Amino acid sequence: MRTIIFLLQKEFIQIFRNKMMLPIIIVIPIVQLLILSYTATFEIKNVSLAFVDQDKTQTSKELKSRFEHSPFFNIYAEADHISQLEKSMLQQKVEMILVIPPDFEKQLTLSKKADLQLIVDAVNGSAANLMAGYANQIVLGFNTDIITNLTGINIKETGIQVAPRYWYNPELDYKTYMVPGILVLLVSLIGAFLSGMNIVREKEIGTIEQLNVTPIKKYQFIAGKLFPFWLIAMFDLCFGLVIAKIVFAIPILGSVWLILGVAAIYLILVLGLGLFISTITDTQQQAMFLAWFFFVIFIMLSGLFTPVEAMPEWTQMLNILNPIAYFIDFMRMVMLKGSDFTAVTSQILHITVYALLTMGLAIWRYRKRA
Amino acid sequence: MKTAIEIENLAHNYGLVKALKPLNMSIESGTLFGFIGPDGAGKTTLFRILTSLLLPTQGKAKVLGLDVVNDFRKLRPLLGYMPGRFSLYQDLTVEENLNFFAKLFKTSIEENYHLIKDIYDQIAPFKNRLAGKLSGGMKQKLALSCALIHKPDLLFLDEPTTGVDVVSRAEFWEMLRKLKNHGITIVVSTPYMDEAALCDKVALIQKGKILQTDSPQNIMENFSKPLFSVKSINRNSLSKDIETFGKTDSFYWFGDSIHWIGSDDKDADLLRIYLQQKKHEDLEIEKINASIEDCFMDLMKGNHE
Repeated sequence: MRTIIFLLQKEFIQIFRNKMMLPIIIVIPIVQLLILSYTATFEIKNVSLAFVDQDKTQTSKELKSRFEHSPFFNIYAEADHISQLEKSMLQQKVEMILVIPPDFEKQLTLSKKADLQLIVDAVNGSAANLMAGYANQIVLGFNTDIITNLTGINIKETGIQVAPRYWYNPELDYKTYMVPGILVLLVSLIGAFLSGMNIVREKEIGTIEQLNVTPIKKYQFIAGKLFPFWLIAMFDLCFGLVIAKIVFAIPILGSVWLILGVAAIYLILVLGLGLFISTITDTQQQAMFLAWFFFVIFIMLSGLFTPVEAMPEWTQMLNILNPIAYFIDFMRMVMLKGSDFTAVTSQILHITVYALLTMGLAIWRYRKRA
Repeated sequence: MKTAIEIENLAHNYGLVKALKPLNMSIESGTLFGFIGPDGAGKTTLFRILTSLLLPTQGKAKVLGLDVVNDFRKLRPLLGYMPGRFSLYQDLTVEENLNFFAKLFKTSIEENYHLIKDIYDQIAPFKNRLAGKLSGGMKQKLALSCALIHKPDLLFLDEPTTGVDVVSRAEFWEMLRKLKNHGITIVVSTPYMDEAALCDKVALIQKGKILQTDSPQNIMENFSKPLFSVKSINRNSLSKDIETFGKTDSFYWFGDSIHWIGSDDKDADLLRIYLQQKKHEDLEIEKINASIEDCFMDLMKGNHE
């Protein structure tokens, strides 16, 4: 035990002597929360829209004004023909074109049926879907009003009405959804990267040889190496929770103790991953790349930025192996829904088993000699 | 005399590279033993095996009566190891480094201060300086202090004088002499052949093979080939002309003269005539006694062929 304390003493001296360390611990959480929380919104505003109005009647004018008044659209230009807008589309100045064909009004009054054309920049498929969806909503509203005018029947008040109530995030604020995930990202990066790099650094500068010839035991070395980063990550989690509460007013409905307790286990998992990476690499550069390789996959799969439900089934299956996904799930459930222990038992169980496996594997792989 | 190191049929390969060929030898307690050999000879590999950092591909080694593979836990507290590359924490101070290693060995600086006093006194004025900011010689003294702080029975020093200036090198060997008097067995490796003369016993190692093990005196006395020192004013063409002389066994520059080995003493007279024909003036050719370096040059040449 005394040996571990000496090791810890040495680690902390080194950590706080490193001039980059305090900024990493304090600034990175703040910046990540402040920036990343705004990056993954699932709504789109200010779509740049252009009209090609070949009808030029009262009806077409009315339709256009509906778009003009929507907060989702900015009218970029009006043209007589699509070809005039192609260049703007290529330059990304226009994202969507609404084509109102000639005789639009005539068709509508005579045959009670008319066509519209919508051209959407679909490079980003999900954004395109959203934009088209907004446009359809407006056209649908326009349509309903026309039918009401023409027939005198108010179809708005007939048929089935669905009234959704959005539980746990009534205002559909995506930041509420993002912040718990960002917190997970934060502690995962701190845990895996700092610990892994720290051990590889000893290899790189050769100090590990000098340590290995001392009677220090494997478990002492590992405990002495990992505990400081466990502590830093725990600190950052608390720090992040405070920022979430104060800056973003994110509700923390569930038990903070439950969050901290499971985070403590989750960090063993992450540190185990860092240790494992350090056992199979020789330089900090290799460790960095390997850690990124794992984390980019874990993060993208985890549903932090995009809904897991929108992914193909086989990538959803991969999430069974994704430790980050479990913890993000857990954090969202406990923070936003106030889930208690019994509601998140499955996540906790997965995290715990995973932590034991990863740490076990890493310790087994760690050799004091070649 | 007791045996400190016992090596039996020990060998190590890195993949297909035979870093250390099967080796048998023993080193007595209380000696200052030197492994002399060029870079890449296998010195570090051997040291890493003997300090239990590397598992040998084959064979056995006992250090202080303990097997380096099976008894490494008991062995490590008894060893001091100073790797060839400076391996202390550059971001810790001199004192913090020393303290840290003392504590890992469950001792304190005070307890074994007598052992490192001579060395540590020289760096003590800089004890609050970061190790990374020390000069080369200072780093080396700190590394030696750290390797000694737990009073090891056996000290391994891997190329301690590489990259150190001549004065510091001499000082360093003086320190090793004193440590030996404390009863510590010292095993040191070096690429500098002149340092061999400072050891009690040396082993010449090249390409993973030990060429000879003996005391420097014996090695020099047993050298039987005719060795001559050749000097000429015309240095530039001297080596070229000696090379074309048919009776040359081997030759090499040694300071400002060439050391030349023929097949017997009479060849020297033929060499003189030959060089005079080649218009070498102020020719000095004299028979000399082999230095340790001459012996090694000859042994290494034999190993090459």
